[in-house]
Amino acid sequence: MRSVRIGTAIAAAGLLALAGCGGGNGGTKSPGGGLKPPPVAKLASLGPGEGQVNIVAWAGYVENGSNDPKVDWVTGFEKQTGCKVNVKVAGTSDEMVTLMKTGEYDTVSASGDASLRLIYGGDVAPVNTDLVANYKDVFDGLKNKPWNSVDGVAYGIPHGRGANLLMYRTDVVNPAPTSWGVVFDPASPYRGKVTAYDSPIYIADAALYLMKHQPDLGIKNPYALDDKQFNAAIDLLKKQNQVIGEYWSDYTKEIQAFKSGDSVLGTTWQVITNLAQADKAPVQAILPDEGATGWSDTWMVSAKAKHPNCAYLWMNHIISPEANAAVAEWFGEAPSNRLACVKTADKNHCATFHAEDEAYFDKVWYWTTPVEQCLDGRTDVKCKDYAAWTQAWTTVKG
Amino acid sequence: MQGLRSLDPGLDDGQGLTLALPSTVDPPGGAARAVRPGRRLDSWLYRHPWVRLTGLLSAPLFWLVVAYLGALFVLLVSAFWTVNTFTGELVRQPTLDNFRTILSEDVYRTVALRSVAVAAAVTAIDALIALPMAFFMAKVAAPRWRHWLVVAILTPLWASYLVKGYAWRVILANGGVADWATGGHSPGYGVSATVLVLAYLWLPYMILPIYAGLDRLPDSLLEASADLGARAGRTFRSIVLPIVIPAVIAGSIFTFSLSLGDYITVQIVGGKSQLIGNLVYANIGAANNLPFAAALATIPVLIMVIYLVAVRRSGALEEL
Repeated sequence: MRSVRIGTAIAAAGLLALAGCGGGNGGTKSPGGGLKPPPVAKLASLGPGEGQVNIVAWAGYVENGSNDPKVDWVTGFEKQTGCKVNVKVAGTSDEMVTLMKTGEYDTVSASGDASLRLIYGGDVAPVNTDLVANYKDVFDGLKNKPWNSVDGVAYGIPHGRGANLLMYRTDVVNPAPTSWGVVFDPASPYRGKVTAYDSPIYIADAALYLMKHQPDLGIKNPYALDDKQFNAAIDLLKKQNQVIGEYWSDYTKEIQAFKSGDSVLGTTWQVITNLAQADKAPVQAILPDEGATGWSDTWMVSAKAKHPNCAYLWMNHIISPEANAAVAEWFGEAPSNRLACVKTADKNHCATFHAEDEAYFDKVWYWTTPVEQCLDGRTDVKCKDYAAWTQAWTTVKG
Repeated sequence: MQGLRSLDPGLDDGQGLTLALPSTVDPPGGAARAVRPGRRLDSWLYRHPWVRLTGLLSAPLFWLVVAYLGALFVLLVSAFWTVNTFTGELVRQPTLDNFRTILSEDVYRTVALRSVAVAAAVTAIDALIALPMAFFMAKVAAPRWRHWLVVAILTPLWASYLVKGYAWRVILANGGVADWATGGHSPGYGVSATVLVLAYLWLPYMILPIYAGLDRLPDSLLEASADLGARAGRTFRSIVLPIVIPAVIAGSIFTFSLSLGDYITVQIVGGKSQLIGNLVYANIGAANNLPFAAALATIPVLIMVIYLVAVRRSGALEEL
């Protein structure tokens, strides 16, 4: 009897091993010229909900009232559709890509530096926009953009956009900063209390600063850096490392650090500032003169979604005027639905966050995956790709 | 840990039989009928010791070879693969690129050395604290108190690692308890905070082997040494130390390897510093570069193998 059971176990393990070897086909060519995403069918028609939906999202995108009883656009959705919402908060785009590759999640709020990697990796399916009733009210300036579509095929539903801000303790940082210069100054009086975002994509923040302050480097796009420009950015970050207290990717850690005063100055998101202020921390966030890096997020559906109908229902819900207004105000970003602007509690929200101001968003550099073919159109040089960015980020931290 | 040794079943005395066949226990009610086939199986197995041994060992061996060594093997193999940086797909073509990067970039050497230094410092601090504590527990405290002291040492292990880590983050924060206790000279977040918290976390793993080692030291030896005129220092050097050194090394295997692989504490209180574990984590979690993470993970494996080979001769492995 014993040996029979062991035999079964060995057979089962063998099957598992075989199944493990089966994956990993498709999309292995290098990015750029002529690359096609692996063919994945889009959902043809909407069926009944599956009872739950697994979501990967940025902090503050899926709120069920547990952070603030007034901030809740999940409970109503669950009651209405019967789809129980399970959310996994990710701290960086890289984490989102990794989580989506597991196939455990149905939908993701991907930024521009994740969306194309997901599309070309075959991890997300094209979206049938006809099944998302609220899609028609999305700003045209956000539809079919290079980061959410390929060859005119939509791969996601635009969620909203915004900029990475500079947060500081009003009781410590004096005078109030107006430029990113204060976080890159090696002789900063706030040495050991500066914080920065812990992700390779933060290199673009340094590149953006150099773009404005060292024009002779000729940086046109902070995500398209040739050798010389890239090394200049890395040098700047290595100098910055001397004044850094800690890097953050876990937003709760940043809130606690600003609250205790271990960090007094550094990159943030509006939602972190809101939460820190709710915790009575004397902090303020600004958009510095140089402009900023930012994000334009897209809800995407996993190619292996186990609950595709609930995922579509969720996407339709999150860009509905009410939910889109609520999430935009809570996170501090511009909504994607033009009808959301009249639903915000602060009637100036859309003006404050420049929801329809395309000229403003020209100054915000959305997170984008750096690739070898320079994104700024140069063909005479090769740009550093994301793998180089990742390894350089390790050397910056030392 | 001594208890484990007394459980050693001794395959040749027939006890293994009952261990291997728990499923032959008679069902309640049908006892009278079920006895005979069970007996027959028993005697058949008694006559075939090889089958008996196979039945006993195949499950643990399966676990050891397939799940444990197999995973290590896959780790080693995947260290020679690469990843398509854009789509994140594995490229299964053997190459030495990962190891070349690790050897050519200064940062990996720096981080590896920092990790070893942190692990060594944690081990040294734990040994210094554990020695007098274990001596007190084993030799000074009244016997009826010993069990309670062991319980007290073990209790912190029941609390979650993360809770303890974040508690230390609050203690070490600006204006926190550490600041208050030292008059504003708290180490703050950084490498020293990491060493401090790791030393706190792994202390029980050092105390227990030393306690077990000292517990085996008969009091009569200490008395004999005193009777022969040796003072405390001489007794310590000639009687206690030879017995306790292997125990300390046994404990150091725990503290050293646990510190070497840790990446959470340093994330919580380490400020901007990073250890090998963080690089592995960053390459799996952030960069999705499993092969490079595997290549990095061979560094601590290599260090631990060297360490274990070095301590093997001291007799410490018998203390575990």
